Amino acid sequence: MTPAIAPIGLMPYLVVSAALLVLGVLGIFLNRKNIIIILMSMELILLAANLNFVAFSSAHADLSGQVMVLFVLTIAAAEAAIGLAIVTVYFRNRGSIQVEDVTMMKG
Amino acid sequence: MLAQLVFYVFAAVLLMSATMVISVRNPVHAVLFLILAFFNAAGLFLIAGAEFLAMLLVIVYVGAVAVLFLFVVMMLDIDFTQMREGLQRHAPIGACVGVILFAELVMAMSNWSMAPASAHVAVQAAPGLPNTAALGTLIYTQYVLLFQACGLVLLVAMIGAIVLTLRQTGSGRRQNIEKQHARTREDTLELVQLPLGKNVLEQGGFLRPQTSYYDVAVPGSYGSAEQHKDAEKEETDA
Repeated sequence: MTPAIAPIGLMPYLVVSAALLVLGVLGIFLNRKNIIIILMSMELILLAANLNFVAFSSAHADLSGQVMVLFVLTIAAAEAAIGLAIVTVYFRNRGSIQVEDVTMMKG
Repeated sequence: MLAQLVFYVFAAVLLMSATMVISVRNPVHAVLFLILAFFNAAGLFLIAGAEFLAMLLVIVYVGAVAVLFLFVVMMLDIDFTQMREGLQRHAPIGACVGVILFAELVMAMSNWSMAPASAHVAVQAAPGLPNTAALGTLIYTQYVLLFQACGLVLLVAMIGAIVLTLRQTGSGRRQNIEKQHARTREDTLELVQLPLGKNVLEQGGFLRPQTSYYDVAVPGSYGSAEQHKDAEKEETDA
C-alpha cells in the first residue's frame, strides 16, 4: 500500500511545519507583553510538531507517530487550560496581564 | 496533481493565518485566525491520511481550546493598545532568530535520511483497517499505559484549573456535614394518619419539621433561625 502522502512527498510537509514553528517563535518575540498571544504562539509551535509527526507517520507507514500526536494534543489542551487559568487569576489580582509586570518577587 | 494543489492551498492559508495570529492588533481577531489555522492544519492531516487526528484537531482545538481562548480574551477587560508598544523594539531580534532557526531547520532537513535500522521497529497497522480503528487497536494495546497517563494529565489539568480559579465567596447554601449526618428520621419526618377523604390541611397542613434545616446549616449561609421564626409567624398571621 502506498502511503497517502506519496503524491506530495515528505519535504513540503517538513518545510510548512518548519515555517509554522518559526512563526510561533517569532510570535513570542513580537508580542512580549501580551501573554495570551504568547500562549497562542505556543499552540502554533505544538501544531508544527504535530504536523511533523503526522507527515513522518504517513511517509513511513508507521502509526506510532499518530499516537504521539494524540498525546501532544492532550498535553497542549491541558497546557492551554492551566495557562488561561493562571492568566485569569493574575488578572483578577493585578488588573493587568502584562508579562513585564510579573516581577513582584524580584529582589 | 489535485492532491498537490489542495496541499499547497491548505499550506498557504495555514501559514498566512499563522502570520495574522502573531501580527494583528486585536486579540479576538488573533483567536479567529488561530481557528482558521487549525482548520487548515486539519486539512493537511487529512491529505496525509490521518483522518481521525484531523477530526480530533477540529473538535478539540476549534471546539474547546480556541473557544476557551476566545472566552478569556473577551472576559478580561484589557487595554490591548499599550501591549503593542514593544513591537518595534523586539522585531529585529525576533526576525534574526526566526531566520536563523528556519535556515537551520532547512539545513537539517536537506541532510536528513531515515536510519535503516528503524524500518524494523515500525508499528504497522493491520491491513484493511481504517485509520481510526487502527489507531484504536494501537492505543488500547501497545500504548495503553501512555494512554492512561494522558488521562491522568487531563485530570491534573482539570483539578489545577479549578483550584486556581475557585474563589471562596461565602455565599451559597452549605450544610454542617456532621450535624446533617447525625440527624435521625424522627427529627425531620412526622408521619400522620389521614382518614379517608380528608385533606391534610385540616390536620395542620404540611409543617416544616421543628428542628429544621436551619440547625444543620452553616451559620449565616442560609439565613438564621430567627429569620425563619419571623417568616413562620408571618405565615401563621396571614
